[in-house]
Amino acid sequence: MARLSYDFIKGIYKENPVFRLVLGMCPTLAVTTSAINGFAMGICATFVLTCANFVISSLRRLIPEKVRIPVFIVVIATFVTIVDYSMKAYFYELHKVLGLFIPLIVVNCIILARAEAFASKHPITNSLADGLGMGTGFTLSLVVLGSIREILGNGTIFNVGIFPDAYLPFLVMILPPGAFIALGLLLGIMNKIGERA
Amino acid sequence: MGEIFLIFLSAVLVNNFVLARFLGICPFLGVSKKVETAVGMGMAVVFVMTLASSATWLIQRFILEPFHIHVLQTIAFILVIASLVQLVETVLRKVVPTLYEALGIYLPLITTNCAILGLAILNIQKEYNLIKSTIFGFSASIGFMLALILMAGIREQLEFAPVPKPLKGIPVSLITAGLMSLAFMGFSGLVKM
Repeated sequence: MARLSYDFIKGIYKENPVFRLVLGMCPTLAVTTSAINGFAMGICATFVLTCANFVISSLRRLIPEKVRIPVFIVVIATFVTIVDYSMKAYFYELHKVLGLFIPLIVVNCIILARAEAFASKHPITNSLADGLGMGTGFTLSLVVLGSIREILGNGTIFNVGIFPDAYLPFLVMILPPGAFIALGLLLGIMNKIGERA
Repeated sequence: MGEIFLIFLSAVLVNNFVLARFLGICPFLGVSKKVETAVGMGMAVVFVMTLASSATWLIQRFILEPFHIHVLQTIAFILVIASLVQLVETVLRKVVPTLYEALGIYLPLITTNCAILGLAILNIQKEYNLIKSTIFGFSASIGFMLALILMAGIREQLEFAPVPKPLKGIPVSLITAGLMSLAFMGFSGLVKM
């Protein structure tokens, strides 16, 4: 039981995919123009990650060693297609905003990395915990980055204004350069905190 | 002709894949430590991306559309790209061993470059024909190479700069990329698409 909770917890801080392992940079930078977009992307990735971990872990004794990577990719792509079509049906507006980056979850290195490094070697329950934990860590990082960019660039958080009207938004934060600079500074701060601990 | 030139300019400078669309960030941060390796990776990407853009267009037009299996788009594209990379690797090793040597490790890494799958899907979304798709693929990869080599040049100089310790490595590279992206935004009035 302790092992299970450890598998879940480690994804949130100790092995946080974005801030610690620096994986999955493309969606992290691209969709965090607002907190809500980051949250939606995080949920989609968590779903794919957990389902893919589950399937790969249950098939781990059947998949031949040599063709494992193509098999992993097909499994991941299947769940990505499910997410893509469900988003289009139920959350059309969000789907339009996230657009290209939904199908691109296939090549998100976090998911393949967890399949290769964890799910293909551990039992189903642990793999589920790992998928959920990593997904939560990813979602949290996206929400944090998205909130910072939204507060500075637009003066709102989750679409709620928090500044008086006189506040002039720092527009560059929601444009591409802001993504790079905000993430770079955030990583630096995380390094500083990690150093002390 | 004019339109093709516009596609080229737009993909290289205005909507640069790395700096404006955030595609292919992993290799951009991973192999931009030295100009030499950046050139190798850039060449490999130009090669595969141009081929992949026509290959995925043909798959979409002649297999997915006639049989109405658009659902399989993502799976089909990623498999096509993976096998294309494998094919290019085998052919190069036999036919042009010198180029194969030069590209080396960078060829297999390309499969996981999200710029390629992104490009394939963008081509379909924009409803380009075969020629435009190929041109778009070629120019997008040139844009990728440009950003990669510029970044590598800057990072070689950064080695000697007094960077605060927590910012060393990836963080300062990201901030540099941010400044580059800011500079590239200056091109945004160049092309009206």
